[in-house]
Amino acid sequence: MLAFTLRRFLQAIGVMLAVGVIAFAMFRFAGDPVNQIVSIDTSAAQRAEIRHSLGLDDPVLVQFGRYFINALQFKFGVSYQFRLPVSSLLAERMPATLELAIVATIFAMVAGILMGVYSALRRDTILARLFQAVSLIGISLPTFLIGILLIYLFAVTLGWLPSFGRGEVVKLGWWSTGLLTVSGWKAIIMPAITLGLFQMTLIMRLVRAEMLEVLRTDYIRFARARGLTTRAIHFGHALKNTLVPVITVAGLQFGSVIAFSIITETVFQWPGMGLLFVQAVQNVDIPIMAAYLLMVSLIFVTINLVVDILYTVVDPRLRSTVGRAA
Amino acid sequence: MSDAVVPHRSEGHQAPAGWFRRALDSDIFYSFRRSRLTMVAAAITLLFFLLAIFASWLAVQNPFDPAQLQLINSRIAPLWTADGQSPFLLGTDEQGRDVLSAILYGLRISLAVGIAGVVFAGALGIALGLVAGYFGGVVDSVIMRIADVQLTFPAILIALLVNGVAKSLLGNRLDEMSTLGVLVIAIGLSFWVQYARTVRGSVMVEKNKDYVAAAQLIGLPAPKIMFRHVLPNTMGPILVIATINLALAIITEATLSFLGAGMPDTMPSLGTLIRIGNNYLFAGEWWIVAFPGIALAGLILSINLLGDWLRDALNPKLR
Repeated sequence: MLAFTLRRFLQAIGVMLAVGVIAFAMFRFAGDPVNQIVSIDTSAAQRAEIRHSLGLDDPVLVQFGRYFINALQFKFGVSYQFRLPVSSLLAERMPATLELAIVATIFAMVAGILMGVYSALRRDTILARLFQAVSLIGISLPTFLIGILLIYLFAVTLGWLPSFGRGEVVKLGWWSTGLLTVSGWKAIIMPAITLGLFQMTLIMRLVRAEMLEVLRTDYIRFARARGLTTRAIHFGHALKNTLVPVITVAGLQFGSVIAFSIITETVFQWPGMGLLFVQAVQNVDIPIMAAYLLMVSLIFVTINLVVDILYTVVDPRLRSTVGRAA
Repeated sequence: MSDAVVPHRSEGHQAPAGWFRRALDSDIFYSFRRSRLTMVAAAITLLFFLLAIFASWLAVQNPFDPAQLQLINSRIAPLWTADGQSPFLLGTDEQGRDVLSAILYGLRISLAVGIAGVVFAGALGIALGLVAGYFGGVVDSVIMRIADVQLTFPAILIALLVNGVAKSLLGNRLDEMSTLGVLVIAIGLSFWVQYARTVRGSVMVEKNKDYVAAAQLIGLPAPKIMFRHVLPNTMGPILVIATINLALAIITEATLSFLGAGMPDTMPSLGTLIRIGNNYLFAGEWWIVAFPGIALAGLILSINLLGDWLRDALNPKLR
């Protein structure tokens, strides 16, 4: 158990180091930081001086060490566009992205489980077929098209919901939340649905398949024989047993939700990290790109690590097979 | 080709020339004729390809040529509405660009980038998978570790990063055609892992078979054995992945262009057209975004349906 945890932990650190090298290479070699700072008429001597003061003439390994130590303290340099520290820009925008991702995941789980259970229990009804069709669309349509469709329906045509921004926000210390105001909730509905739709279809298909499997097992037949109500069998026994894989998938997908929020945030002009990243790509703001890569990698690696360790805690069978493929 | 050296090619080894003819009177073609949905999807896909190929004959103007665009013609509604004007069947956009012509040319770009991206990803993945599976050892573990790490990140993130880095390296030298190249590379680098894993798996099975031992015994060089003899036996699953990845590659290109990190406004793909049209949604000019959106959705849906069918048809367990 301890050996497995330690091994996975070392692997995670290895991945982060590799990503760190890529981030540093981007930071250092893609685009000259000096050119981004100075104006066109700066003399060569002044450029050399700035280069020296930034430590850009040190050996590459020294520079990497410095970048690495700074990154550990969440210092990612200064944004070329905003002339502000990248870390404060990211910190300012993180609450918006995390709130969106959490609301989207909760929406995906609730809607996905309900639709999955319904289409497993009433397999041949029209509604169940409709859910299947929706899930096909959810998997094949690009996210931004779904977002545009929603905006056209609910913002342009019906005028019920705002098409951009996150409404009124309330400051709780450094965390700004839109979940305490009516306009904030109105603003988050469409982005959360757009972002959660893919996860919803995934969960719906999973729940449907698992439910159909569980309903065939002996203990369900035995529960029927005991004379339990259908309701108790379906929800007390069958559904409960499908929830473990569902929660695992939802947990593992949380990282992708954050990464895919890049697209949703652009469609709805949601002021989060994803929008910041897209603007950085458009304007070749390398420090923000490198920092975003590091942040998202950290989230991904942490989630994978936690899920792997939780597996061994929950399921003792996995403990003996230490060398399990990651 | 391989006929001379492979003693028993009837056992799973299919010569490329006979492959197509055999496919026509095989179970695959039978299952194709039986599924009406698949036939419709194939017809629509074919239609899209033809539209893209013959775009310059079908379109009323060349939307990439600024000289042919006239501002007097800007923002005309589709032909069947009260404000419609011929020859603009689906209306025009802000710059007086005929929406239908822009879609036809954009379709061409989207398909070209998608196909080139899939081919590049396939070539990279197949080469790395062959090397990893055939040689094993350190090479194998290095390649597969990289694949593992990359698989944890969504393709769109990698494509965006590649795009941003290319932009900063090339700077102002980045014209339309090199943007196209950058997109192909970005898509290729985001999607090679699946091919590499699949090829590696099949190669590890194939390389222990007698025909490989025979080829080694008569002294054929490793690259020749890998590409001429082992590779053809791993092509089935590759074809399925390529079809499904074509849809994914087109989505990725469209997403990048929509995010403003892909094709520029002067040479728009479907994604660029949707981004441009999105700005006029609130002004009530729905046609500028709706028709490119429908074209993209139809294209992806039909390719996806084809890919799903191909996967089931080539899977012996489902027959």
